[in-house]
Amino acid sequence: MVWEHRDKAAIVGVGATPYYPRGQSWPRTTNEMIGDAILAACDDAGIKVQQIDGFAYYASAMAGYVDKMDTASLMEMLGIPEVTFTATLTSGGGGSAGSMGLAAAALIAGDATYVVTVMALQQAKQRLGTVFGALAPDPENSFLQPSGLVGPGHLMSVLARRHMHLYGTRREAFAEIVMSSRQNTLNRPGAMRRTPLTLDEYFAAPMLADPLCRLDFCLETDGAVAVITTTSDRALDLKQKPVYIHGAVHGGRAQWGRAFAWMGMPDEYFASAGNKSIADRLWAKTGLSAADMDVALLYDHFSPLVLMQLEDYGFCARGEGGAFVESGAIRFDGGSIPVNPHGGQLSEAYIIGMTHIREAVEQLRGVAINQVPDAELALVTGGPASLPVSGLVLRK
Amino acid sequence: MSVTLSIAVPGDHIAISTNPATEPFWQAARERRLTACQCGSCGAFRMPPTPFCPKCQSKQLQWPTLPGTATIYSYVVCTRSPYPDVADFVYVPIVVDLDGAPGTRLVSNLVGVDPATVAIGQRVQVEWNPIQDGWLLPVFRLAD
Ligand SMILES: [Zn+2]
Repeated sequence: MVWEHRDKAAIVGVGATPYYPRGQSWPRTTNEMIGDAILAACDDAGIKVQQIDGFAYYASAMAGYVDKMDTASLMEMLGIPEVTFTATLTSGGGGSAGSMGLAAAALIAGDATYVVTVMALQQAKQRLGTVFGALAPDPENSFLQPSGLVGPGHLMSVLARRHMHLYGTRREAFAEIVMSSRQNTLNRPGAMRRTPLTLDEYFAAPMLADPLCRLDFCLETDGAVAVITTTSDRALDLKQKPVYIHGAVHGGRAQWGRAFAWMGMPDEYFASAGNKSIADRLWAKTGLSAADMDVALLYDHFSPLVLMQLEDYGFCARGEGGAFVESGAIRFDGGSIPVNPHGGQLSEAYIIGMTHIREAVEQLRGVAINQVPDAELALVTGGPASLPVSGLVLRK
Repeated sequence: MSVTLSIAVPGDHIAISTNPATEPFWQAARERRLTACQCGSCGAFRMPPTPFCPKCQSKQLQWPTLPGTATIYSYVVCTRSPYPDVADFVYVPIVVDLDGAPGTRLVSNLVGVDPATVAIGQRVQVEWNPIQDGWLLPVFRLAD
């Protein structure tokens, strides 16, 4: 049965700082960038920052993986008088899309009127790409870290290898995901990588964790993105056309669990993006399927996981992700399902999933740089990482 | 042309920590014994060790000595040093299915191998890499 609260909450404002190469946002602090993003989102929505009374974070309210976001500090900094809701989804970037469900829950329950979701990355001190290597080994990661799998990309290369083994997936498929994303930033002034990428250049890139090369890893970026949500009735009085939260789910199955921090997943989960149960629930909740989506904003921290999400969400069958992307299916220009027309985290910027929500909103407002004609429904995903992972359908 | 064989990650750069649930694994390793956490009630294995059996919620534990053999489930080839003060070297992180402990895997390294010849399904045998604080870390070599 479809969800009774479809479209009862909406995204009404989006704001962002410029995106910076890793570490280069300094001397701007994390909180300064968060403040700029929130104020820009309020301005976009046409509300005053004092009207914000809810915070719905994800990633345990961490800014990146070493810094934290604190509601009281943000209230003090921005002059927000009172909050009636402040909560976070647990774990890491897997909850990015699901944070819109947390916001909707607060709004529909009447626990807040204007909710902000924000993420910021400031990597002057510690880069995210080798964050695990910098952690003191705790008893749990003492079973992982000594292997020299020093970052998330190294861990995900293990999953990619298994997918290649089971299904004959080729590096050409990973290349196509990166080249497609790059094609989408050629006309995008704020993107980190804006030069065309050829297959030869892809294969010439250094291998960081074979089967993954440097270009399969997402960018390391600084910046902040904030999103304002409210109830759909309030949304009608605001500046922008509302973008409705049609369905949002987070969570996941124990067989995925800590995923590449654990490596114990059974085969059907191991060579996946852990989003299958999320997809099943999202499609049940919305009464929709992959075929209904006009555009897909898939969390692309590492290129093979895009391919596996396409399988999880049913854009193609399990094991056929490689052939599907190699056919050109995910291209903005001519593909059957344009994936990440903003260039995603591989080519535009990496703010732990928030750029995907931002792009979905722009697509559904009809103002995207690479606009999918008449886009009405957008899929946004979070993760693939330790649970929760998440999925979101937004509607015009 | 000479082939560069994979080596273990330098042990003087590896530290671990333990808690009461995981310490028996590492104490066994110190005696060059590969073990895995087994439920004392229903016999199900789990790794890494945790205080409860996820199948039956029992806290009863046993630590059988495993044969030390395993099968490569997946692997990666790395050619860059993870440490700024160590020159680049070739290492092969592996995920293995452990013999004698159905359903459990270990994340480790395959040493002494030409990386171009590694394959999923290969049989491997444990050996021990000394790391910080007198601990021994299980690593693997291709089985004879
Ligand atoms: Zn048991």
